[in-house]
Amino acid sequence: MNHLADLPFWAAWLVAAFLFIGGSLTLIGSFGLYRLRSFYDRIHAPTLGTSWGTAAVVLASIICFSVLQSRPVFQEILVGIFVTITTPVTLMLLGRAALYRDRSENNPNVPAVDPPEGILDQPKMGDKLESVEQCSSKHE
Amino acid sequence: MSTAILYWAIMFAQTALVAAMLLALTRMIKGPRAQDRVLGLDTLYVNSMLLLLVFGIRTGNTLYFEASLIIAILGFVATVALAKFLMRGEVIE
Amino acid sequence: MNKILPYPLLIIFLIIMWLSLTSFTLGQLLIATIVALIAAQAMAALQPAKARLKRWKSLLKLTGIVLHDIVRSNIAVTKIILQGNKRARKSGFMTIPLDLRDPTGLTALAIIITSTPGTAWLDYNSARGILLLHIFDLVDETVWLDLIKNRYERLLLEIFE
Repeated sequence: MNHLADLPFWAAWLVAAFLFIGGSLTLIGSFGLYRLRSFYDRIHAPTLGTSWGTAAVVLASIICFSVLQSRPVFQEILVGIFVTITTPVTLMLLGRAALYRDRSENNPNVPAVDPPEGILDQPKMGDKLESVEQCSSKHE
Repeated sequence: MSTAILYWAIMFAQTALVAAMLLALTRMIKGPRAQDRVLGLDTLYVNSMLLLLVFGIRTGNTLYFEASLIIAILGFVATVALAKFLMRGEVIE
Repeated sequence: MNKILPYPLLIIFLIIMWLSLTSFTLGQLLIATIVALIAAQAMAALQPAKARLKRWKSLLKLTGIVLHDIVRSNIAVTKIILQGNKRARKSGFMTIPLDLRDPTGLTALAIIITSTPGTAWLDYNSARGILLLHIFDLVDETVWLDLIKNRYERLLLEIFE
């Protein structure tokens, strides 16, 4: 930890504060994941860690190393950008998978599939069925 | 003085992140359903990535940041693949 | 120009990323440029929908709003998780009809909604433009409807359409 002794007073305080915020937010997010009752509630909890939890730790690291001037800080920015872009994708896919599974099990607590899809599809299906029936009746 | 504060902040962040990893691991083991386990795994990945970032601040070593970037990418791919599997693998269509 | 350099922003970003992951030397810059040019050609071969930003000012404003909202909802969700079961909390699904049709705009909206704790994007019906959300603290539906329609979607419409 020798390199940290070179940090000026204000930078040390800022880094410490951001580390404190990041650590506690991530802990609270995981605690929510552990404690909340339903899956759809739980999906909100880890976003605490991925939004400001990550941002605070990344900021702490950026401040620390740009004040020390020991190396460029682009890598932390990359981590931040990457987490911001990928979290929505994973959570959205997981949410849709859960919704799909619940719907296929006819879980009453989940909204049903939007009716218009069926309404739009049905006339076409009906046409096809009729034509098939006509064909078969002709054969008879 | 300021070094001591920084030391304790790093210790606190590490402890909090390890506790968060344990909570996510508990959720992963407990379930109750497959989607809960996958969500727990995703949280575990994010937490371990943050833990590596804090390690990087503590030691000043660049290697930790590259490792955390790799964990972030692996975690993303793993979760997307598992979510896709949940959608298509288990439920008969 | 467009044939050789199809995605200038992507190329610049890739070069910076490559250099920051290795080192800032002339040799690395050369390799990075070659890789970025090949990657941009590959991207052009995939033919993704081109995003057009109309107003940079609105984009800056939106970024400010979203950062502020993320801080605010972080505090709100933290409070709810720590409070435990003392307060009656109702979470639930809600549907929102969207006017936004641009794919890039929808992606931006998805990132905003998901990275704000307390709201989760679940499903989007592209035929009717109806969005299904899960809200962590669903006290008043109109508040959330107002937030997404007037605070985010109006600006996104300005930026992308």
